[in-house]
Amino acid sequence: MSMFYSIAIVVMIFVVIFQIAKASEYVSILKGEQKSRKQNNKINAFLMIAFLIVGLWGAWYCNNLYYSKTLFPQGSASVEGEKIDLMLYITLSVTGTVFVITQVLLFWFAFKYQERDGQKAFYFPHNNKLELLWTTVPAIFLTILVVFGLKYWFKMTSPAPSDAVVVEITGHQFAWEMRYPGKDGKLGKKNYKLYNQPSGNTLGVDFEDPESWDDLHTTEMHLPVGKPVKLVINAMDVIHDVGLSHFRMKMDAVPGIPTTMWFTPKYTTEEMKKRTGNPNFVYEISCDQMCGKGHFSMRGVIVVENEADYNKWLASQKPEYFTMYPEKDPEHQTKATDSTMAKPMASVATIN
Amino acid sequence: MSTATLHETTQHESHGDVHHDHHHQETFITKYVFSQDHKTIAKQFLVTGIIWAIIGGLFSVIFRMQLGNPTATYPWLEDLLGHWAKGGKLQPEFYYALVTMHGTILVFFVLTAGLSGTFANFLIPLQIGARDMASPMLNMLSYWFFFLASVIMMSSLFVQTGPASGGWTIYPPLSALGEASMGSKIGMDLWLVSMAMFIVSSLLGGLNYITTILNMRTKGMSMTRMPLTIWALFFTAVLGVLSFPVLLSGAILLLFDRNLGTSFYLSDIVVAGKILPNEGGSAILFQHLFWFLGHPEVYIILLPAMGMSSEILSVNSRKPIFGYMAMVGSLFAITILAFLVWAHHMFVTGLNPFLGSVFVLLTLLIAVPSAIKVFNWLTTLWKGNIRFTPAMMFAIGFVSLFISGGLTGIFLGNSALDIHLHDTYFVIAHFHIVMGVASFFGMFAGVYHWYPKMFGRYLNNTLAYIHFWVTIIGAYLIFWPMHYEGLAGMPRRYYDFSNWESFKMFGGLNEFISLIAIIVFAVQILFVVNFFYSIWKGRKVTTQNPWEANTLEWTTPVRPGHGNWPGDIPEVHRWPYDYGKDGKDFIPQDVPVGADESKH
Repeated sequence: MSMFYSIAIVVMIFVVIFQIAKASEYVSILKGEQKSRKQNNKINAFLMIAFLIVGLWGAWYCNNLYYSKTLFPQGSASVEGEKIDLMLYITLSVTGTVFVITQVLLFWFAFKYQERDGQKAFYFPHNNKLELLWTTVPAIFLTILVVFGLKYWFKMTSPAPSDAVVVEITGHQFAWEMRYPGKDGKLGKKNYKLYNQPSGNTLGVDFEDPESWDDLHTTEMHLPVGKPVKLVINAMDVIHDVGLSHFRMKMDAVPGIPTTMWFTPKYTTEEMKKRTGNPNFVYEISCDQMCGKGHFSMRGVIVVENEADYNKWLASQKPEYFTMYPEKDPEHQTKATDSTMAKPMASVATIN
Repeated sequence: MSTATLHETTQHESHGDVHHDHHHQETFITKYVFSQDHKTIAKQFLVTGIIWAIIGGLFSVIFRMQLGNPTATYPWLEDLLGHWAKGGKLQPEFYYALVTMHGTILVFFVLTAGLSGTFANFLIPLQIGARDMASPMLNMLSYWFFFLASVIMMSSLFVQTGPASGGWTIYPPLSALGEASMGSKIGMDLWLVSMAMFIVSSLLGGLNYITTILNMRTKGMSMTRMPLTIWALFFTAVLGVLSFPVLLSGAILLLFDRNLGTSFYLSDIVVAGKILPNEGGSAILFQHLFWFLGHPEVYIILLPAMGMSSEILSVNSRKPIFGYMAMVGSLFAITILAFLVWAHHMFVTGLNPFLGSVFVLLTLLIAVPSAIKVFNWLTTLWKGNIRFTPAMMFAIGFVSLFISGGLTGIFLGNSALDIHLHDTYFVIAHFHIVMGVASFFGMFAGVYHWYPKMFGRYLNNTLAYIHFWVTIIGAYLIFWPMHYEGLAGMPRRYYDFSNWESFKMFGGLNEFISLIAIIVFAVQILFVVNFFYSIWKGRKVTTQNPWEANTLEWTTPVRPGHGNWPGDIPEVHRWPYDYGKDGKDFIPQDVPVGADESKH
């Protein structure tokens, strides 16, 4: 019923506006079209300049309201992301200046050169000097932006340092899974055809590859602070995207085509809680590529901590190989049999 | 009948002075339905575009209601949408379907077909001095293919599994696999077939526009005497003809992947627990094919708005457009560059960084011709004698929005910054302002300016001014704050942000934006009412040239018949921008050059 009333009210408002508009048309015919046109012209010219002033104030007001909520006041949480922040400020100062100048000219000209009796328009079809000026000046500024932009772009997309911590992250509808290479520093081979939900091999890891035996499979990402991190990015089903807004990093996860990105976390999660003043602060991984109905809920968490805590966490994780094949787990074996420790690698070939 | 018209038209072209009249009997069907008169076809495109715009706009209102207040339930929504809004709450799957259809409808059906279809058809013959298009038959088919595409797209809204819901960019594998999403079942096939029909329509139209502009200009109408609207529509048609076929090929390969078991875009996929046999395809290939159209597409949308705004700014400033050749040159530069920048949509796909750097350079180059256009528009206003007709208001609004949205393109085109801003609300703000709202402003400007020529009546001025002010203020209120959400990394296409520590602080802002969106939508309905009401009840046009403009369409009768000029087609003696020259307010193009006239 309330729906009915609100529709009725809206329709009423429409009818009233429409009637006023019709009436004003008759009035203008009575007054003389020339006269009413001039009146309209004056009103709209005034509104143009009013719009400019209120608009510029509005932009400033909006900035006061929301700038603190963007990520820029707290700074980039990664070393590489600082370049992006710098790039943002450079671009903002150039475009901001152009924005103010051009909008002021536009609305000010509109107001100043409104039609007046006896005023004649100035016949000014072209001027090569002027046109050359506003071809070259933007070109120079854009060159500066391109040079800075590409310098940072090449830095960020360069190969990761060789001592980087490697973590694999795989997206599927609608969650993230991580894999750590373990002590050997190498991730075991994968083949999507080995995917097996019931057994828990949701990443399709090839456990015949000895390099996979010490790999860790987790749902949370832990990273050490101050060390470069290289993410190897995969997707199981459709395209996802690893979005790390605090680190200013982003890379698509494409099925069949692994991608990588690297960065160096600057602050631990605890430090960020203090920097942002938000006790609930958490580094979030957002999926930034439309991936289906659960896209908005595809949330991952990164814990950045100091190296000691990070190593402790790593040590507490059990290699996936041992969860898949408990009989190979040395702990399991010492518990089950008191005999000498069997090497899990020995009978690998027979495992299927 | 079609051949008769064709023959007639060409004959008049070649002889020029044969009296033209309606020899053939026109029935209701040939006059209003299967019409071959370019003016009627233009109106058919416009009315179909308006209907689509209402639908597409309504979709955005519904999903904005969800975004504005994610916890609210609306029982009437369940009455309207059934199981898609169970318990009065929009389901995520249908939310994504609405987002997808909003994009598809607005980009293709409204701002491509509705904008170019309307004004290319209406203005090209009238402004170059032709009796009709080169092929009125193809022109008619162009509309009816568009109509067919519309019917198919509309029908996809009513299938059991819902319309396509993978975003208007329909990236596979999401769009290729029915298991991945409800919208990727039959709805996606209908989407692809509809787009194929749409592309046929667009090609038939585009070839016709190009042919007409190149071959059918009246005597004296050299290329450099064409109004900028015609130049813009010409480049628009060239862009469409060269890029739409690529999307068609991409769509056909996707249909193969979906239905015939090919692997163009599929490789190494496990979906819904099922291991797919497809190997060796590339999901990224589709993005290249898509954006090879997708980027020119934004200029297909924008160029007509630029052309019409140039014309309207000049007429109502009572001044020539400043730097005509530079305006044509910059349109040309934008057209060329439009083909060379598509991968700037793909900076974070794992693209080769060197290739990315080339696309950065080419992308930012577009800012140069864009800057030329902006400064030339400003100089056109400078020392003018400005008449604020509703069309002029929208043309000025167009320039303002083009500046605002264009400048944020400099952020996104720079790949380093794009890493942070890609697929956030910053992108939404950018393209809605520069290609959505700005193009709509160009379209509104065109409608207000040429409405008297289309229907022989005026739109109501008061409603027009209300329409303008609410729309421009509303557009800025909606999209300006979105830049801040984007800078905070808030991702696009999220159904609900309340579980995200990083984004939930924008809840209040989202509610505000949704409220403004509803108001702005309501005012568009006011425009639509004004539009249809005025066709029959508007103030009648009594003078042939109500805006005191120079171009040829104002030399036709107030209500031109099929063939446009009852007598000879006028001969052109000058460029279309002699405003304020030699103390004369305006000198139409068909006025011969006087002996003592100064040269420009």
